[in-house]
Amino acid sequence: MKNKLLSLLFSLTFVSLSMAQGYVAGDKAIDFKLKNIDGNYVSLADFPDAKGFIVIFTCNHCPYSVAYEDRIIELDKKFKPLGYPVIAINPNDPEIQPQDGFEEMKTRAAEKGFTFPYLFDEGQKVYPVYGANRTPHVFLLQSENGTNKVMYVGAIDDNYQDETAVKEKYVENAVNALIVGRKPDPNFTKAIGCTIKKKN
Amino acid sequence: MRNFIFVLLFLPGIAVFSQSVPIVDFEQLQPRLQLSNDTTYIVNFWATWCLPCIKEMPAFQKIHEEYISQKVKVLLVSLDFVKHIDSRLIPFIEKHELTPEVIVLNDPDANAWIDKVSPRWSGALPATLIFNKNFREFFEQEFTYLSLKQIVESNLVKQ
Repeated sequence: MKNKLLSLLFSLTFVSLSMAQGYVAGDKAIDFKLKNIDGNYVSLADFPDAKGFIVIFTCNHCPYSVAYEDRIIELDKKFKPLGYPVIAINPNDPEIQPQDGFEEMKTRAAEKGFTFPYLFDEGQKVYPVYGANRTPHVFLLQSENGTNKVMYVGAIDDNYQDETAVKEKYVENAVNALIVGRKPDPNFTKAIGCTIKKKN
Repeated sequence: MRNFIFVLLFLPGIAVFSQSVPIVDFEQLQPRLQLSNDTTYIVNFWATWCLPCIKEMPAFQKIHEEYISQKVKVLLVSLDFVKHIDSRLIPFIEKHELTPEVIVLNDPDANAWIDKVSPRWSGALPATLIFNKNFREFFEQEFTYLSLKQIVESNLVKQ
C-alpha cells in the first residue's frame, strides 16, 4: 500500500514537472527538420526572409483543430506576405489516432486547400521541446539574427465555436504587435483542446 | 388547484426533456466547484471526441455505482459542442448507460475560466477535480479505476 502511494505520488510529481516544461515568451525556440505533406523536409532556416513564424501544433481528428482550420488559413494568407508564415505541425502518433496519419494529412490539406506547410512530427521529438500539450496550440516566433524567439504561446482567439463571436484575436493581435515593434499582450493564453496522442 | 394544473402542464415536458442534457456557462458551474462539505465531489471534464476521456469513462461510472450510498458525487462536465449534443453526446450516454450527472459546459472563452478550475490545468482533456472539505486536488491525466478509487477512498470524509 505504501509503495502504491509512493508510486502514485511519484507519478503525480512527474506529471506536474512535465507540465511545467515547455516554452514561454522570451525563450529561444529550436529549429526542426520535419517532413511536409509534399514529401520535402521543412526547417525554419528554409525561410531566410521570414521575420517570424506562426507555429501551430494541430491535427486532423480534433474538433477544436477542425473548427480553427479556416482561421488558420486566413492567418497564413494575411501574415505570410508580411513575413510571418504559418507552419502547421501534426504532433500525434497515428498508431494511437489513425486519422492523423501522414496520408490522411495530405488528404485533409488538399480538401481544405492549406496554403502553408503541414509537417509531421515523426517520432514526436519536436512538440515536447516546445511544450505543446494540446491541439491547436500556437507558438509565435520572432526571428532575430538566425535565432527564433518565442513571443506568444496559446490560443488562436477566444471563441473556438463561433468565429463571428470572437472578441479577442490573440494571435492576430500578437503578430500585429510584433510588426509595429511591440511585445504581444497577452503573451500567454489557455484553451481547451485535444491531448496530444502518444504511447504510454 | 393552480399548482396542480401547473404540474399537469409540466409533466409531459419532463418526460420529453429527460433525454436532454443541461447546458451551463462557467459562471453557473463555478459554485459547484467551490463546495466544501462532507461530500467528496469528482468533477471530470471530458468530451465524446476525446479518446483518453472515453477510455477512462468506465472508471467514473464504476466509482459512481460503488459509492452510490456514500457521500460521493460524480459530475461529468462535457465540453462537446452544443451542436453535437443530440448527434453525439446523448447517443454516447445512452450507449454506455452513464448514470452520473452529465452537464455541458458551453463557454467558448476558455482562457477566462481554465485557471479558475485550476491554475495547473493546461486546457487539455481529460481533466478531473476531486474535492471535499479536507481535500482538493486537480489531475490533468487519465485515470484507471484503481488509481481513481485509491484517491477517493483515501480522502473520504470520515463520518
